[in-house]
Amino acid sequence: MEDEVIKKFLYVNRKAPYGTIYALESLEVVLIGAAFDQDVSLAFIDDGVYQLKKDQKTSVDSGIGMKDFSKTYLALGDYDVNKIYVDKASLDERGLTADDLMELVYEDEDDDYKEKSSISIVNQDELALLMEQQDVVLSF
Amino acid sequence: MKFGILVNEGPYQHQASDSAYQFTKAALEKGHEIFRVFFYHDGVYNASRLLVPPQDDRHIANRWSALSKEYKLDLVVCIAAAQRRGMLDENEAKRQGKDAHNIAEGFHISGLGQLIEAGIQSERLVVFGD
Repeated sequence: MEDEVIKKFLYVNRKAPYGTIYALESLEVVLIGAAFDQDVSLAFIDDGVYQLKKDQKTSVDSGIGMKDFSKTYLALGDYDVNKIYVDKASLDERGLTADDLMELVYEDEDDDYKEKSSISIVNQDELALLMEQQDVVLSF
Repeated sequence: MKFGILVNEGPYQHQASDSAYQFTKAALEKGHEIFRVFFYHDGVYNASRLLVPPQDDRHIANRWSALSKEYKLDLVVCIAAAQRRGMLDENEAKRQGKDAHNIAEGFHISGLGQLIEAGIQSERLVVFGD
């Protein structure tokens, strides 16, 4: 846009998707932020890993009556948001594996235009390094 | 140093908005620049001009308004977060057909792009939240 500065933005998602509004409103920031052409990464830690759980059913029809925004994560690749880091320890603690998560992919326009996974499962040392490399860390 | 401030929690319920205020005030008094204060999540309630706290307690919205006046501080309330929580300025109230508006002096409503811009333009973006 009008800014030529490119900074490294990391969004840290630590909360379950529906108990509070943090997850939904964090995702809204990510989507708006995508228009600014910054270097964006997302980390999912603690209960935040549930945000990426597949087969979420929360709509009015299901009886819960909350907007199911989980499908929006699937669109992140189209917004060039394709660096998604999930904390392995948080998955383990909750009895989850990578197979329980939605398949978030992006088209690799810099290489062979193939569809690739956006998700990396990382340990806590890797997460610490990731955070250290950032200019802006937004924690929700 | 040039700071951006993000306030993610509501007034009185949570310390975040008090800490954000104290930090912002101290930074300004030391001669630092505050690029913008952005209110998000329940933080948007800090901008309500209808707060009526007990007289022997701090008035959180008025306190921000006064600081804004003194230092020409840019206080921005996220429009998406504000609308779903019933926080409207005069223009939005008119546009949405509502009979009241409740944004305190010195605050204004704008989009999330203002938060991203604060992240880009500030040397440090300080987040106050849970």
